[in-house]
Amino acid sequence: MRLLIKNGRVIDPASHVDETLDILIDRGKITEIKPKIEGDGTKIIDASRLVVAPGFIDMHAHLREPGQEEKETIKTGSLAAAKGGFTSIACMPNTAPVNDSRGVTELIISEAKRNAVVNILPIAAVTRGLRGEEITDMADLRDAGAIAFSDDGHPIENSLVMRRALEYSRLLDVPIIDHCEDRNLSAEGIMHEGKTSLKLGIKAIPASSEEILVARDIILAKETRAKVHIAHLSVKGAVDLLKFAKQQDTKITAEITPHHLFLTDASLESFDTNLKVNPPLRSEQDVEALIDAIREGWIDTFATDHAPHTPDEKDVELDKAPFGINGLETAVPLLLDKLVNKNILPLDKFIAMISTIPAKILGLKNKGKISVGADADLTILKLQKEVIIDTSRFLSKSRNSPFHGWKLKGAPVMTIVGGKIVYS
Amino acid sequence: MPFDHKHLLGIEFLPKKDILTILDTAESFVEISTREVKKVPILRGKTIINLFFEPSTRTRSSFELAAKRLSADIINFNRQFSSVVKGETLKDTVLNLESMQSDALIIRHNCPGVPHYISTFCRSHVINAGDGAHEHPTQALLDAFTIRQQKKKLEGLKILIVGDILHSRVARSNIFLLSKMGAEIACVGPPALLPEEFKEFGIACDYDLDRAIQGADVIMMLRIQSERQQKNLFPSLREYKDIFSLTPKRFRRAKRNAIIMHPGPINRGVEISADLADSAKSVILRQVENGIAVRMAVLYLLLGGKERETTD
Repeated sequence: MRLLIKNGRVIDPASHVDETLDILIDRGKITEIKPKIEGDGTKIIDASRLVVAPGFIDMHAHLREPGQEEKETIKTGSLAAAKGGFTSIACMPNTAPVNDSRGVTELIISEAKRNAVVNILPIAAVTRGLRGEEITDMADLRDAGAIAFSDDGHPIENSLVMRRALEYSRLLDVPIIDHCEDRNLSAEGIMHEGKTSLKLGIKAIPASSEEILVARDIILAKETRAKVHIAHLSVKGAVDLLKFAKQQDTKITAEITPHHLFLTDASLESFDTNLKVNPPLRSEQDVEALIDAIREGWIDTFATDHAPHTPDEKDVELDKAPFGINGLETAVPLLLDKLVNKNILPLDKFIAMISTIPAKILGLKNKGKISVGADADLTILKLQKEVIIDTSRFLSKSRNSPFHGWKLKGAPVMTIVGGKIVYS
Repeated sequence: MPFDHKHLLGIEFLPKKDILTILDTAESFVEISTREVKKVPILRGKTIINLFFEPSTRTRSSFELAAKRLSADIINFNRQFSSVVKGETLKDTVLNLESMQSDALIIRHNCPGVPHYISTFCRSHVINAGDGAHEHPTQALLDAFTIRQQKKKLEGLKILIVGDILHSRVARSNIFLLSKMGAEIACVGPPALLPEEFKEFGIACDYDLDRAIQGADVIMMLRIQSERQQKNLFPSLREYKDIFSLTPKRFRRAKRNAIIMHPGPINRGVEISADLADSAKSVILRQVENGIAVRMAVLYLLLGGKERETTD
C-alpha cells in the first residue's frame, strides 16, 4: 500500500523542517521525503495549503474498556482520536478490572489490534488495584506492552510506596505519570476553591491539594533520578514548582489539558455537570500562569484527559455527577484556535508539544517525527478551517463536553496511521 | 408592579426593585393570617408540590400554610418514603411528579444548584427553598421583611452575621440581599468557617465577636452543627461557645435597640444563650410568623394573576 502526499507544508520539529515537500509512504513507513516525488499510479493526496505534521500523541486518555463499555470502547475511543487528529493515544489503567496485570494489558492490546484505528498505548497501574500499597510487576507489564505507569485518579498517598515505584521504574526506564492530588485536602470537593466556590456554596478543592503532591514528586524524582510525568497541571503554584524542578537535575515532564487552559471556575455558575472535572477548572490567574508557562516553554505536552461519561451519568445534580470531560475531538481545534492562531504558540512549537515530545517521553522511537524509516503516522491540519463543536456528531460514545457550540478556527482534516487514512 | 420572573432560584440575580415588590406584597398578606378565616381564593385551582429532599420543619410548613392560605392545593413529597430511596434519579422523580400537572415546585436539596438544574427541564415554576450551602432566598426575604418591620428601613443598618458562614445558605442569601439594600454587613466566625475571601463580596470579616458587635443594629446568629467539629473546623463546642456564643454580656455592646435573629433551629445555650433567645430583643418567632406572608407573596407573584409568557 503506497500513498503519496503532495505539496503539503511539512513541519517536523525533530529535524527542524518547515517547507513544502512530498512524502511517500510504503507499507506503513515513510520511504521518501523530497520537494517533488512522481506518483506513478500511487494513490495521491493533495495537501496544498495544508500542514502535514508527525502524528499527534495524547498521553492521557480513558478508554473505559474493559468494564465500562457503555461510556466508551477501545474502538469508539480510537475513532474519536482519529477524528481529533491523534494517531496514538495512551490509555489509563482505571478500567474494570484495573490494568495491573499482563492479562489485562494483553487484552487491551489484542482488542486494539482488532478494532482500533489508531495506536493504543496501554498505561499500567503502579500499584495493584490502584490501592497505593504494593507495586505491580512492572517489568512483566512492560514486556506485555505497557509504555508507562500511573495510578491516575488514585494518587499514591504513601510517599515510601511512591519512592519504591520510582526506584523500580529506573530498571525499565519508563515514566511514572502522577495525578497530583492530596485527597485529604480535596476531600469531598467538586470545584476549585475560590471566589466562585464561596459564592455558590459548593464544596471546594484547594490549589494546595495539587501543589503538595507536585512538590513531593519533585523531591522524590530528584532523589531517585526516575522519570516523573506530572499529569494535567492546573494551578499557578504547581507551575512555579515545575519551573524550580526543571532548573534542577531532574527528569520531570508535565502536561496541560485544553480545558484547564480555556475554561475557569467562574463557568460553574451555570451548575453544568459537564464542567465537573478533576483537577477542577481553576481561576483566571491560574489560567494566565499556565498560558505564560506554555509561552515560555516550561510545559512539555498537551493531553486531553479524555474522560467519557454517558449522558445519563451527567444528567444529575452536581454532587452526583462523575468527574471528567470528553476531550479527544475538541483538543486540537481548541489549541489551534486559542494558541496557534492567536499567536501565543508558534505552529512548530505546538507540533513539537503534541507529537515530538510525547513520543520522546514515552520512548516511541519511530513516532513523533517525519523522516525516512519512521512510522507513517501523520496528522494533516487546515489552519483556516472553521468548525463548530457539536457533541451530537462526536464519534466518542459519550457527549460530555462543555465546548458544545464553540466556534473554532483550525482543525485536523486527515489522520494517517501506519500509512492508512483513518480519518478524512 | 410587574414581576417578570418564572422562578425564584436565588437572591443573587434578583434586582432590588423586585425584592422590594416581594416585601411590599408581603405587607398586604400579613393581615390574612390574623383573620378568623385565614384564606383567600387567589391561587384556587393551582397545584403546588413541596419537594423536600432534606429535613425541614419551618420552611416546609411555612410554604404549605402559605399555599393553603392562598387556596392552592399542595402536596408534600417526603424523600424517605419516595422512589428516590429505590434509586430513582432526581430528574425522573421531578418529571413524574410534574406529570401530575403541578404549577409550582418548591425545592429543598442538599446539593447546590439543584433548583437551577430542575428549572432547565421542567415546565413548572421553581422556588428554591434551600440548596446546599448556596441560597435560601425566602429566608433572606423574610429576614429583610422582619428587619424592615422592626427598623423601618434596611439602608445604612449595621448587620452582624455570626457563625458558620461557609456552610450557610442563609448567610449567602442575606449577604446578597442586604448589600443590595445598602446595609453594612460584617461576619464573624472561626477562620475555617469564614474564609477571608468573603471580603470580595463587599462585607467585613472579623474574628473578634466582642469588637465586631459594637454598634450593631441587627445580630443574626447561625446554627452551629456539631458535625463540623468532627472535621476539625473548630476544636470543641465548649471552645466555640466561649468565643462565638451570643451572651447577655456580649449583647450589651451592640446598639441599645439592637435585635437578635436566628433562622432556626437554634441550639439553646450553644450559639445563643437561652435567656437571649427568649428575650424581648429576640425576633426569632417573628421571623417564623413573617415567613408565611413572605412566601404567600412569592407564590402570588410567581403563580398569580394572568398567565405570563416569561422565559426567565
